[in-house]
Amino acid sequence: MNERQSETEDLLDGFQRAAFGYFLERTNPANGLVADTSLDGSPASIASVGFALSSFPVGVERGWIVRADAVARTLAALRFFWNGEQSDKPEAIGYKGFYYHFLDMHSGKRVWNCEVSLIDTTLLVAGILTAAVYFDAQTPDETEIRELADALYRRVDWRWAESGKGTVTQGWKPHSGFLHYDWDGYNEAMILYILGLASPTHPLSENSYAVRTTGYQWENIYDIDFLYAGPLFIHQFSHAWIDFRGIRDPFMREKDCDYFENSRRATYIQREYAERNPHGFDGYGKDCWGVNACDGPGEKLLEIDGKWRKFSGYAARGVPFGPDDGTIAPWSALASLPFAPEIAFPALQHLCEQYPEIVRDCRMPSGFNPTLPGKGRYGWVSDGFYGLSQGIIVLMVENHRSGLIWKLMRQCRYIREGLRRGGFRGGWL
Amino acid sequence: MHHDESQPQQRRQERIYRALMQNLHPLAWRNPQPVDMYNLVVLGAGPAGLAAASSAAAMGAKVAIVERNVLGGNSLNVGSVPSKTIYRTSRLYADMRDAENFGGQVPDNIRIDFASAMERMRRIRTRLSRYESVERMSAAGIDVFFGEGRFTGPRAITIDGKALRFKKALIATGSRPVTPMIPGLTETGYLTDKNVFDLNECPHRLMVVGGGPLGCEGAQAFCRLGAHVVIAQNNPTFLPGEERDAAQILCDALIRDGIEVHLNTKVVGVRLDGGQKLVDLVCVDLKKTIAVDAILVGVGRAPNVEGMNLEAAGVDYDTAAGVRVNDFLQTTNPNIYAAGDVCLEQKFTHTAAASARIAAQNALFLGRKRYSALTIPWCTYTDPEIAHVGLYARQACERHIPVETFTILMHDVDRAIADGEEEGFVKIHLRGGTDRILGATIVARHAGEMINALSLAINAKIGLHAMAQVIYAYPTQAEAIKMAADAYNRTRRKSILKFLSSRWLNW
Repeated sequence: MNERQSETEDLLDGFQRAAFGYFLERTNPANGLVADTSLDGSPASIASVGFALSSFPVGVERGWIVRADAVARTLAALRFFWNGEQSDKPEAIGYKGFYYHFLDMHSGKRVWNCEVSLIDTTLLVAGILTAAVYFDAQTPDETEIRELADALYRRVDWRWAESGKGTVTQGWKPHSGFLHYDWDGYNEAMILYILGLASPTHPLSENSYAVRTTGYQWENIYDIDFLYAGPLFIHQFSHAWIDFRGIRDPFMREKDCDYFENSRRATYIQREYAERNPHGFDGYGKDCWGVNACDGPGEKLLEIDGKWRKFSGYAARGVPFGPDDGTIAPWSALASLPFAPEIAFPALQHLCEQYPEIVRDCRMPSGFNPTLPGKGRYGWVSDGFYGLSQGIIVLMVENHRSGLIWKLMRQCRYIREGLRRGGFRGGWL
Repeated sequence: MHHDESQPQQRRQERIYRALMQNLHPLAWRNPQPVDMYNLVVLGAGPAGLAAASSAAAMGAKVAIVERNVLGGNSLNVGSVPSKTIYRTSRLYADMRDAENFGGQVPDNIRIDFASAMERMRRIRTRLSRYESVERMSAAGIDVFFGEGRFTGPRAITIDGKALRFKKALIATGSRPVTPMIPGLTETGYLTDKNVFDLNECPHRLMVVGGGPLGCEGAQAFCRLGAHVVIAQNNPTFLPGEERDAAQILCDALIRDGIEVHLNTKVVGVRLDGGQKLVDLVCVDLKKTIAVDAILVGVGRAPNVEGMNLEAAGVDYDTAAGVRVNDFLQTTNPNIYAAGDVCLEQKFTHTAAASARIAAQNALFLGRKRYSALTIPWCTYTDPEIAHVGLYARQACERHIPVETFTILMHDVDRAIADGEEEGFVKIHLRGGTDRILGATIVARHAGEMINALSLAINAKIGLHAMAQVIYAYPTQAEAIKMAADAYNRTRRKSILKFLSSRWLNW
């Protein structure tokens, strides 16, 4: 390893380790629940638990946590989800094997009147299955992890969540029933369908995956052909667990592409957009992009330098059609490292050089907005840290460095089966 | 002072109104004596009825047209014409406020004169009514009857006690705004496109119910004319039929204008509270009440099928879907046809006129023209406008047609940048592996003007490759279409090169 490579490794290691630290600091060891954010009073997010469970194997391999500790934390979470009440009552932790999006860190009860969330349960289950593959020792604890993981996965009633349209609804609430929205088209729910299809107990209908792809838009934008989705995290989240290199579903076979290559192109679209900077936001440029799902300055309409700017709070921002309020998710470059390191790394370096105060103790905030004046000299910066962004950093940097999560999940029979049922062929399948 | 100013204004209004009525339903009008047998009797004198009557009369047919109110239909009186003139004024005020974006100065003390905007609208409406006047229809040899026409059998209509016998008839009675089933709404009173153009004062606070084209257009126009507007849409996005990206851009634009947007929200009740109206909203399981001064309802249109005694003529209909027609626009009575809003899902002025011309031709000259063969564009006249023609990508996928989309962002178009009108895109959907245009969506300030080139291309079966050969005047916003065609050509060249090089390397 030459000096430059070593510097690169050190930089990535610093960010990854700091992100991993979030899960050590923000987990309730008694029940394994992980805070959604580091802000005071934050409830747990089940997706953050999924990322934490997926991160522990990384931590063990890199020596950031001892295996026994990782096992204990994993077991605490699995036992909590297995033993918590499942019913249609508001006081339950979930229904039909799915879980409420946000739970109280201590009591585990539903908070914020939130929904039983399909995608967040999926990210949780992805973490549970990662743990089940990694913790393969014939010890009572690790055996229990594997058994609980399988039971939790088998309990999820994916078919219940299918709507009349043949796709899967986004959620359910005890008083009002299913939400109006479906997971339709290309979005972060790719892994939801893959896990849903593979279930030996309550699988999604065979054609649900195909119905979902009817909402796909293959577009040529900025002279780049790709399967369109605006926010970058859509091109990142399912990829944290599944190595899409060389495997193709019928849609990608027809387009002579694969989802990994597609995410590479999506990263380039981000750069093209930021370079054009059509709305004239501060900071945007070739090496400053990441219009993504992240925290924002909050709902407000302000006139800044003669232009009316509408800002949002936590929202899925996207390119090139918006919404875009000038907020950048600084972790986007790290999460896109596996796809396009040649542009992601310069973006990371640019961030470190131009906005050093944004990064606190090597940890990335959810979002920052140089257009909107804030407390510091770099404009508005999101308070605290978010479990989702820390989680995607740990996993994607690891995939870039060693491919660990991808290798583990290639061994997961449910992932393999789901991919096959979705029509994926070729490559490592 | 106020009294002195308002009197001339009132006199002007009356003059405009009298001129309008002179054109569309003269007070002294006496229905003519019917002839023994008409080649075509048209029920309804909106865009469909007038188009059918004019084209039939021009071909030498003896035609009668029956209208229960005034000529011109919704389009001229309460639809496209008045709404677009109002939008023009509302855009003017928006541009004034946004003057800095165009290198100008925001005028001091912008005072919105709502009454002037409405008067301009009425003046323009009267001016355009000349082309659809009773005088013109009569001069073309068309017998114009005012009154309620009712079928008395499969070949006759009665009006005002007189029987009109026909060889063929055309039902073109149009549509009216749907009243949603919201408890308290009727009692409280509300606006629709039917009475909103009678306003002379802008409501201070306005609730718009419905986020389809009517609701979005109305919300934006009133907001720009000074109202505090709240819009409630019972769907996760505006314009549910349109491309999601188009709806996203529109939503951002409405919010930037200052409209309070409530998506996925149902209006569940309306109450009077003193002089104001309280509107109860529900979003999933969250409830909210908003106080407003007026409510504008724009949730769709219902066909006018009642009162004609269609049963006597053997014409099947449904109160929601309208008169049942086949692809030749023939009803279940083979001598009776229908056109426009009364029988079509797409309720647009131009669709009404185009379908009426087909129907007249099929009825009188044994034509076999199909409605489904028409290429019909449409446009939502918000700012930016949202225009569409042909298939959506989703529709193509559902029909198992492979589809590729070439997208040009308006922020890459020189003229759009020069104009300060960079919001939007041109998306052209092609049949995969070919240059055949399946459909297109344009979001741009002048999308309605731009879409016509793509309608022409689809209608004349001109592929995107050929469109790249067309020279567009520079700089124009429509050049975005040419840029999409150029992108297609580049992609095609790349794939040909890839194919050739792979053959070469395998050699």
